[in-house]
Amino acid sequence: MASLRDIKGRITSTKKTKQITKAMQMVSASKLNRAEQNAKSFVPYSDKIQEVVASIAQGGGDASHPMLENREVKRTGYLVITSDRGLAGAFNSSILRKVYQQIHQHHTSADEYTLITMGRIGRDFFRKRNMPVDKDITGISDQPDFADIKDIASETIQLFTDGEIDQLYIYYNHYVSAITQEVTERKVLPLTDFNEKGKAATSSYEYEPNQEEILKVLLPQYAESLIYGALLDSKASEHAARMTAMKSATDNADELIGDLTLSYNRARQAAITQEITEIVGGAAALE
Amino acid sequence: MSTLTVSVVTPDGPVLEDAFEMVSCKAESGELGILPGHIPMVAPLTISAVRLKGSGKSDRIAVSGGFLEVRPDKVTILAQSAEKPSDIDVDRARMAKERAEKRLRDKQTDIDFKRAEMALKRALNRLDVYENKF
Repeated sequence: MASLRDIKGRITSTKKTKQITKAMQMVSASKLNRAEQNAKSFVPYSDKIQEVVASIAQGGGDASHPMLENREVKRTGYLVITSDRGLAGAFNSSILRKVYQQIHQHHTSADEYTLITMGRIGRDFFRKRNMPVDKDITGISDQPDFADIKDIASETIQLFTDGEIDQLYIYYNHYVSAITQEVTERKVLPLTDFNEKGKAATSSYEYEPNQEEILKVLLPQYAESLIYGALLDSKASEHAARMTAMKSATDNADELIGDLTLSYNRARQAAITQEITEIVGGAAALE
Repeated sequence: MSTLTVSVVTPDGPVLEDAFEMVSCKAESGELGILPGHIPMVAPLTISAVRLKGSGKSDRIAVSGGFLEVRPDKVTILAQSAEKPSDIDVDRARMAKERAEKRLRDKQTDIDFKRAEMALKRALNRLDVYENKF
């Protein structure tokens, strides 16, 4: 049986760990609140831009733009959004596993695809496996501004425009609720599927100067907004995942402390009993 | 007098939503003035100031590109960034202006040149809106 001192030491260290996980849980909870708000304030923008894009893309017959056309796929781009830090449960591993499987299913050589990563964990994962990471960004703040990611978003879209990649998929954790996040795959480019939401609101517009000029401005902006929206969604998921992970860590610590305290008391009692027996035995020997 | 509902939306959230009588802005094809009852229209905007006039009030907004969607009773401006004069970070705009000017003087590659030019435009636009030059 472990000595009293050993058990006491373990109880103290578990308590300290619990303090840390508890603090992290609370920090994540407040960050989750902010992230949810950010995601909410982005909704009007994305709804509106989607509505206009859909009405132009569906309404006019003569409007064409490279971003709207399917072309033969020679190289695929994968934009993977992970976090910079771990301790978020399965947040990163589930998304990386999914992307890894997808790539191995669809591609045989590294020339057929390229990766763009947001977040340190994703970058390190693919680099370690010698997979081509074309662009990466790390250190995105917990409350990202559009300006923070505008550069990488527009560079990624530039890859498509320049013909370096022929389609672009984005992988991120979609925030469903504080305890559920799902790995989501979304095809960003070429822009082919528009939500039903856009269809209903279709109204015929005048275009100044013409549809093509507008698509030229609108589509890159739309694609960038999709990327930003995915990032906001992923940030909310990250904080939610970390909050849940830290909550279960705190609960486990509580359980462990309970068990340890029980065995500490048992050991203490055993020691006392033994001492008494010794004293009684000693006294009996003197008589 | 009839009014238009004007809403300015950016990825970071709505900037303004209010009723005005007239919107004037600079589209890529030239200056546009919009009054209530305009036919539905979409036009891309340049880096410029959007002026809003209402009864006894007026407002200016610095937009960095984006576009404008017009409906008979509603105008929506979608821009990647849009600021009211009171929200403009003047020091940052001044610094951005100096940085861009320096880059333009140094004349590096073409891409840098174009980016610096855009940055300079945005900074100047912000400063102009802030100092009420329109």
